[in-house]
Amino acid sequence: MSIAPSLALGLPLGLGLAGAIAATMMKRGVAQAGAAVAALAFLLYLLAAPGVTETTDLRFGFWSVPSLGVVGGLRLDGLSLVFVLLITGIGALVLLYASRYLKGDTRLPRLVTLLLIFMVAMLGAVTADDVVTLFVFWELTSLASFFLVAYDHEKPGARKAALQALLVTGGGGLALLAGLILVAMAAGTTSLSGIIAAREAVLAHPAAIPAMLLVVLGCFTKSAQFPFQFWLPNAMAAPTPVSAYLHSATMVKLGIYLLARLNPVYQHEAFWQELLTTAGLLTTAVGAIYALRESDLKRVLAWTTVTALGSLTMLIGLAPALSATAAVTFLLVHALYKAALFLVAGIVDHETGTRDAAALGGLRRAMPLTALAAVLAALSMAGLPPFVGFVAKEIIYEAKLATGGAAGLFASIGFLVNAAMVAIAGLLSWRLFFGPLRPTPATPHDPPKSMLAGPILLAGLGLLAGAAPSLVGAWLVDGAVAAMLGAPAAVPLKLWHGFTPVLALSAATIALGLLLLLAWGRLMPRLRRASAFDRFDTARLYDRALAGLVAWAEGTTRLVQHGSLRGYMQVLLLVAALGPLAVLVARGGLDLPEAAPLDFRALAFLPIALGAIAAAVARGTLAAVMATGLVGFGTALVFLTFGAPDVALTQFTVEVLLIVILATVLIRLPVRARDVRTGRQRTVDAAVAGALGLSVALVLLAVLAAPFDPRLGEWFGAESVPGGHGRNVVNVILVDFRALDTLGEIAVLAIAAFSVIALLRASGRGARVGS
Amino acid sequence: MDASLILRVSAPLLLWVPAIVSLYLLIRGHNEPGGGFVGGLVASAGLVFFVISRGRQAALRVMRVPPAGWCGIGLLLAAGSGLLAWIDPAAGYLTHRWWFPDVGFKVPLGTALLFDVGVYLTVIGTITAMVFALVDED
Repeated sequence: MSIAPSLALGLPLGLGLAGAIAATMMKRGVAQAGAAVAALAFLLYLLAAPGVTETTDLRFGFWSVPSLGVVGGLRLDGLSLVFVLLITGIGALVLLYASRYLKGDTRLPRLVTLLLIFMVAMLGAVTADDVVTLFVFWELTSLASFFLVAYDHEKPGARKAALQALLVTGGGGLALLAGLILVAMAAGTTSLSGIIAAREAVLAHPAAIPAMLLVVLGCFTKSAQFPFQFWLPNAMAAPTPVSAYLHSATMVKLGIYLLARLNPVYQHEAFWQELLTTAGLLTTAVGAIYALRESDLKRVLAWTTVTALGSLTMLIGLAPALSATAAVTFLLVHALYKAALFLVAGIVDHETGTRDAAALGGLRRAMPLTALAAVLAALSMAGLPPFVGFVAKEIIYEAKLATGGAAGLFASIGFLVNAAMVAIAGLLSWRLFFGPLRPTPATPHDPPKSMLAGPILLAGLGLLAGAAPSLVGAWLVDGAVAAMLGAPAAVPLKLWHGFTPVLALSAATIALGLLLLLAWGRLMPRLRRASAFDRFDTARLYDRALAGLVAWAEGTTRLVQHGSLRGYMQVLLLVAALGPLAVLVARGGLDLPEAAPLDFRALAFLPIALGAIAAAVARGTLAAVMATGLVGFGTALVFLTFGAPDVALTQFTVEVLLIVILATVLIRLPVRARDVRTGRQRTVDAAVAGALGLSVALVLLAVLAAPFDPRLGEWFGAESVPGGHGRNVVNVILVDFRALDTLGEIAVLAIAAFSVIALLRASGRGARVGS
Repeated sequence: MDASLILRVSAPLLLWVPAIVSLYLLIRGHNEPGGGFVGGLVASAGLVFFVISRGRQAALRVMRVPPAGWCGIGLLLAAGSGLLAWIDPAAGYLTHRWWFPDVGFKVPLGTALLFDVGVYLTVIGTITAMVFALVDED
C-alpha cells in the first residue's frame, strides 16, 4: 500500500501546525492530543515508506519563486525517511510522556504547541528539497529550541542557557545561510538534488572552500561539535521531555543530517574528510571526558550525546560505504537508546526528587519496570550483543580499522571513548538501580503507563533491531546510505561477524568500561576538581566574546547616542550637506546651467530670502518659527508663479498647519528668553547651516544643467484624460497611475501618527487620543 | 487652556468653513487644483483651530470617531477601492473603474473618488491624532 506524495509529505506538516494551533486553545488532554498528531504523522510516513528505496523517492513541490530561480518543495528519500520516522515516532512517545511528567502544569499547552511547531520544523528541514526551504525550517528549529530551553523562564540559568543555545546555533545559521547561497550560486540551482548533480561545478567554483567551511560551521554549531559543544549540556535547563526530544534524538542531529545530505558533493575531497574526522574525533573525546566529570544524570547524558554526535561526524568523514552504513546504523541506535535513557532519567528525577547520580542507587525494587527499560537501553549503549548497539559498534570499529594509515589513532581513541560510554551505561543502569538503596527526597515507585511506554518501547526496539539487523538494514539503512553516497552501496548488517579482531576489541572495551564503572565513585570527583578542563573549556571563549560584544555595543551607543539634540542635528545636516557634494565631485565637478533672463517672477524669491535672514537673526524661538513660515509661504509663491498651483496649495496649507502646531507646542514649553549658545557654538551652527545651503544650491544648479527629459511628463499629460478621466494631472497620478505609492504613503502617515501617540504617551506627557 | 475670547467665538466658523472648502477641494480635485491630500489638510486646519480654542473633548465630540478611527476607515477605503478592479479579472489591483450614469448629463463616477476620500480621511486622522496628543488637558 502506498499513498500520494502530497499526502505523505504535506499532510504531516499541516497536521502538526493545526495541532500546534489547537493546543493553544485546549484545556485538557492537550499532550495526549499532541501525541496522537505525532503518531498520525508517523503512520503517514510509514505508509509512504514502500515508495522510498535506494533508487526511488517521493517529491511534492508546493512553492516556487520563478523570478529568483527558486523551486521549493519537499522530497522523501532514504535519508529523510530515517529522520522523519525518528522525529514523529519519538515525538509521539515524548508527548505522551509529557502528559504525565508535567501533569497539572498550567504551561503544558504552551509546551505542546512549541513541541509540535518544533516537530513541523524538523520534518520540513529533513524533507526539504531545496536550500531555501531547508534553511527556513532549520532556523525555525533553533527558535523553537530557544523557547523550549527557556521553558522555566523565571530562572536566570534557563534564560542564559536558552540565549546561549540560540546565539551559538543562530550564529551558525548565519554562516550556513551564506554557505548555502554560495553553493547554490555555484550549482546554478537551489534544489538539493540539483546541487548534488552539479557537484563538479560546486567544487570548481572559486569560493568552493569558503562555501564548504560556512556550511560545515552551521552544521557543527547545530550538532554541538567541538569547539561549539558547550551549549548542549547547558540546554539541559529544559524540561526532560524536551531534552529527550530536541537535544538528544532529533534537533542536534540536524547538522549531521545536512553533512550526510551534502556528502555526495564533497565525499572525495580530502579537506572535507580531514575536517570532519578531526572535529568528530575531538568531539567524541571531549564528550567522553566531560561526561565522566558530571553526576547530574541529564548532564551526563548530554555529554554522551556530544560524544555520539562526534562519532557521527567522524563517520561521515571516513571512507565511504562501510562508514556510511555505520553512521546511519549508529544514528538509529543512538536515537533509540538515548531518548529512552533521557526519559528514564526524567522518571528517576520525577519520582525520587533528585537526579544526582552519586546520591542514587538500588532503585530496582521500587521501580522495576523503569529499571528494565534502563538496563535494556544501557546494554544497547554499551554495545553488548544481541542489542543493535553492538551491531553499530562492531561496524564502527570496522570502519575505523579500514581507514589505513590513521587506523591506529582512530581505533585507540575510539576504544577509550567507547570504554567511557560503557562505564556511563553502567552508571545509568547498574549503579542507579542495583546495589544498596540510598535514601532520596521522595519515595520512588514506577510511574504510570504513559510515562513508561516511551522508554520501554524505545529500549525494546533496540533489542528487536539487534536481533534482526538485516531487516533494519534492508528497510531503513540501505536507502539512507544510498542518499549519503549518491549511489546504492550499503554493507549488509550482521549481528555475528565471527571471531575477528573487532570482536576482541569489543570485549576489551567492555572490560575497561567495567573497570571505569567500579572506579567512578572516586574518579568523578577527581576529574571534576581538575581545573585544567575548566580552563580550556571553549564556553569561556563564548563568555568572553559575549562580554566583549556587550562592552563594544555600550561604547558605540555612548558615542552615537550622546543625547545632545544639537549634536544629532549637526551630524544629520552635515551628512546631508557632504553626501551630495561628494557625489558632485565624483561626477567630475560642478555643472552650471545657461543663464536665463530675469523676469518679474524672480520677485517671488524675495520673501524666501527675507524669511531666511529673519530666522537666522531672530532672538526668540517663536519669532524664528514665524520667519521660517515666511520661507515656506515664499516657496509656495514660487510654485504658484511657475505653474504648479496644486503644489502651491498644499504648501500653503502645510505651512499654516506647521506654524499653528509649532506655536501650540512652543507656548507650552518653558520658554527660554534668550539664546543660550556661546559665540563659538553659534559659529559652528552657522557653518553647518551654510554648508547645507551651499550644497543644496550647487546640486540644484547641477540638476538644472542636465538636459531635461520631458517624456514622462508628456506621457502623463497625454494619458490623464483618456486613461484617468481627470484633467488635473497631479491628482490623476496620485490616485490612479501611482495609486499604490499613495496607498503606501497614507499607510506611513497613519503609522507616524500612531508612533507620535505612543511616544508622547510613553513619556507621560500625552493625552489619551483613542478615548 | 485659556484661549482668547475672539478665538473661542470664531472657532465654529473656523471649523466649518475650512471643512466645506475642503470638501469642495476634494470633489473638484480630479480636474482642478485640489484633491484628497490638500482637502484633508484644510479640514484638519479647521479641526486644529477648534481643538486649540475649545479643547480636546469638544473636538472629539465634533469628530464623533476618534482620530485613529479616521485613519483606519481612510486606509480601508483607499485599500478597498482597489479591490473593485477585480470585477475585470485581468486588471491589476487599484486599476480604477468608471461609470457614467446619465441623469440629464453624464455624471463621471469612479473608484478613484473612493480612493481620494480614503486619502482625505487618513490625512485628517493623522494630523488630528498628532495635535490631540500634543494638547493635554487633563
